[in-house]
Amino acid sequence: MTALCIRGGRVIDPASGLDGLADVRLHDGRVVEVGPALAAAADEVVLDATGCIVAPGFIDLQCHLGDADHDDAETLATLGAAAAAGGFTTLCCLREGDPCVDDAAAVVALRERAAAETRVRVRPLGAVTRGRQGAELAELGAMAEAGAVAFTDGALSVRSARVLRNALSYSVLTGRPVVEQPCDPDLAQGGLAHEGAVATHLGLPGIPAAAEEFAVARALALARATGGRLHLGPLSTAAAVEQVRAARAAGLAVTAAVTAHHLLLDETALASGPEGWPYTTSTKLLPPLRTAADRAALCAGVADGTLVVVSDHWPRRAIEKDCEYVYAAPGASALESVLGVLLELVARGELALDAALRALTVGPAAAFGLEGGRLAPGAPADCVVFDPEPRWQVEPARWRSRGRSTPLAGHWLRGRVRATIAGGEIVYRV
Amino acid sequence: MTQSVVAVPAPVAPRPTAPAWPGRRHVLDLDDFTPAEITHVLDTAASMKEVLARPIKQVPALRGTTVVTLFYEASTRTRVSFELAAKRLGADVVNVTASASSVVKGESLLDTADTLRALGADILVMRHSAAGAPYLVAQRVACRVINAGDGWHAHPTQALLDLYTVRERLGRIAGLRLAIVGDVLHSRVARSAVWGFTKLGARVTLCGPPTLLPTGPLPWPATEVTHDLERALAGADVVMGLRLQRERQQAALLPSEREYVRLYGLTAERLARLCPDALVLHPGPMNEGVEIMPAVAHGPRSAIADQVTNGVAVRMALLYLLGGEGA
Repeated sequence: MTALCIRGGRVIDPASGLDGLADVRLHDGRVVEVGPALAAAADEVVLDATGCIVAPGFIDLQCHLGDADHDDAETLATLGAAAAAGGFTTLCCLREGDPCVDDAAAVVALRERAAAETRVRVRPLGAVTRGRQGAELAELGAMAEAGAVAFTDGALSVRSARVLRNALSYSVLTGRPVVEQPCDPDLAQGGLAHEGAVATHLGLPGIPAAAEEFAVARALALARATGGRLHLGPLSTAAAVEQVRAARAAGLAVTAAVTAHHLLLDETALASGPEGWPYTTSTKLLPPLRTAADRAALCAGVADGTLVVVSDHWPRRAIEKDCEYVYAAPGASALESVLGVLLELVARGELALDAALRALTVGPAAAFGLEGGRLAPGAPADCVVFDPEPRWQVEPARWRSRGRSTPLAGHWLRGRVRATIAGGEIVYRV
Repeated sequence: MTQSVVAVPAPVAPRPTAPAWPGRRHVLDLDDFTPAEITHVLDTAASMKEVLARPIKQVPALRGTTVVTLFYEASTRTRVSFELAAKRLGADVVNVTASASSVVKGESLLDTADTLRALGADILVMRHSAAGAPYLVAQRVACRVINAGDGWHAHPTQALLDLYTVRERLGRIAGLRLAIVGDVLHSRVARSAVWGFTKLGARVTLCGPPTLLPTGPLPWPATEVTHDLERALAGADVVMGLRLQRERQQAALLPSEREYVRLYGLTAERLARLCPDALVLHPGPMNEGVEIMPAVAHGPRSAIADQVTNGVAVRMALLYLLGGEGA
């Protein structure tokens, strides 16, 4: 395999603190050398990164697989293409529908299919409970051995505190985190939007902030009691960020995420969508978009490293969104807009570039104990080359993902991926 | 599709041109109405009420226009009110109800609305249990849409008839204080009334048990929320009761109907003591003896019967104003 040398870019590796003009040489699927003006090696391909930023390939801890049974649904190939276009080289994938990934065979099958369809690294997320039914533990140990990197029941969350406690206890054995989407299903029952002024205006049943705070408190208490590894799925409230920050300060090994959507948008997106209409179903997300103050707190959480950023990419078929708000499926296509959102926030001065990149690289790598997320010699040869400057308008029709629903349609974002390299191979280039 | 097609003579002449309503294709809620627009509708409704007082209660303003009422929720008074309003203006009226239509076969709302448009609907009057459903149709189907009630969200024609009724009886809206009492949280009538009354300069107090009131900051100006009925009623110029749904008790929002009556029932004693001159409104259908006592509902200060009559005039005004050429 020939070597690849990325030359002339500004290399930012939050893991090592490196930020400066440097070249990066990749060989045999590994980073072999990082430094200014590396000597040319024989028989190497050169990728010119002048004017661009070179960073470790992005790691997404939460990304939804397409529904297997429909021919307009996302495939692993289109998912991988979307990821590569967005600068992601590792996707931790879950499936909310059937077939449930709840045993070792399903984990292996998903890895094998992914390896055949995409060169982006697909890391399965196994279910916490059998059939995601919330009653019996799935075979967490066997799935971990088969390559599951973490366990989650997805948006269902684990209803029984006793079962969640057992899953967290078991995570001590597997070494793999339990991912809990913190939302108390009882408090959130029937809710469609953040319980506040916009939901009141639009007559939509509310999801109170307390539904998240309560679920976070429950999960933190159980993590403390068991010593288990807890990762909290996308947060949406200022209070939850503060709960996680305090728990981490007290020494608890908890990590938590936020989506790029929740960093840029708030509840007002429901009252006025891309074309000015209210009730645009692309704004229906889990958790819901909340207040401006919550949004600011989430940005602060990324800034100080309390939160990592996930795409929560959830490719929905047109028919799942083309209906009344109450019937629309939650979730949005996101892999191709995450970097653009973060760079827009950097340009607005709401986020430092280093913090934004940390939240997509070493942050998530550490949360799930994954290799990668850094650019030191020996690290996997996963990197992204992007131009941070150009502004562009979100046009979902041009996306590689088959999921075209995004609350960002028509929004102006910033920065373009020029090349994505996974395992030493160029998987995306413009 | 079970339909009752109304026998209005088919137009011989080309469709008459009704005055346009610049910039407005739909009536979805009052939140995007200017005070001048609301006043214009009320003034137009006053002329329509004159038509209704004539021996022959019909004008040919909308002859050749097809009005379809598409109701996904049961309704008698609103649907009949729209149907009569459209007939009085000479429009063709077709009534479609969810139970009898292809909805039960799984046809989507957009497909149904598209089909009705293709069949010639000019104005679609919609009621739907999902908040925002009329916006989806308005955005995607080349039809004028009037919202006849969507979920908990809005019931703009009810708010306009309330405004008309109050203006007719009290001569003004500006400076009045309106108390809306009952299940505000689930009420589209309350939401639209707040927009309408505050836009014309009234102040609104929303009152009910805390479990049936909106939580957190309010989207409306000049509006306050209280669970204290005495405070809400004291000095009110207009009192609006809201229907209490039985299922609220099952959802643990209320201990009992009996307790609700004791704490929030609009009784003659309370009104006489706190706001003896207040006009009493109710959108109907009433649970007499629960949210409102018969003596109040049928008392001298009740405008509830006027509301129903005025509803036809207000809906005629809206159909007339929206029904112009270029639809």
